[in-house]
Amino acid sequence: MTHFTPVASLAGGVLIGAAAVWLLAVNGRIAGVSTILHGLVVLPKNDRTWRVAFLAGLIAAGFLWQVFTPPFPAREGFGLGWAAAAGLLVGYGTRLGNGCTSGHGVCGLGRRSLRSLVAVCVFMATGMISVYIARHLLHLPS
Amino acid sequence: MKNLSAFGAGLLFGIGLWLSGMANPRKVLDFLDVTGDWDPSLVLVMGGAVAVTLSFFGPLIRQHHLEFPQAIDVRLVAGAAIFGLGWGLGGYCPGPALTALANLTAEALVFVAAMVAGGLFAKIAGIPGPGR
Repeated sequence: MTHFTPVASLAGGVLIGAAAVWLLAVNGRIAGVSTILHGLVVLPKNDRTWRVAFLAGLIAAGFLWQVFTPPFPAREGFGLGWAAAAGLLVGYGTRLGNGCTSGHGVCGLGRRSLRSLVAVCVFMATGMISVYIARHLLHLPS
Repeated sequence: MKNLSAFGAGLLFGIGLWLSGMANPRKVLDFLDVTGDWDPSLVLVMGGAVAVTLSFFGPLIRQHHLEFPQAIDVRLVAGAAIFGLGWGLGGYCPGPALTALANLTAEALVFVAAMVAGGLFAKIAGIPGPGR
């Protein structure tokens, strides 16, 4: 199990919020990661470059972070079939519901959207149900 | 310049995900596991992020003349519900999954590929794309 990390988590959250404000202030765009990603395959070509740049920054952050910190202990025994099923649900669900933790959560709540608040409550609830089923009923390693 | 700015925003967003612990799927699952050994850290991640966006988003949205859908309908609720099921199963939502590609683990690669495929499947199924 992981431990409560209030200072790092709050500071990380503030950076995430600052990045969302930055993208809105300078680019006039909403930092909703699922919509930025799905837009690459749905929206016209002339709208792609900034999306690729944002996603490249997101991925580069992972490489940069790991220069300075040790990697997380890897999960053992989490089957790739489960990873694929989870990815399909996340990809399809975020397209259908028009957003994820960043678009509806960080940005939607930040603009006081009732629609986003509903989405956040729903995905938090089904996320908790899903973990209960996966961990406590199916006993999947995680 | 706009693209450099988007890269920088993505980089800062990603650093925030790593610092906060959200890039670690185990920590996300421990947050969602309210009947187990609950780790409340992600309340502070969301709280910190939303405190910043709440403070600055209002005038910026007016300045950029952005409009958003308002409908609270079956599609929204079903989509959020399906997303949550996948989130709880894998421990990854889209941002953390993408930045976790840097781990070069099979699970992150498979998850991201499946996430893109899920979006393509929605496109083939005729679900209208994001407006922005």
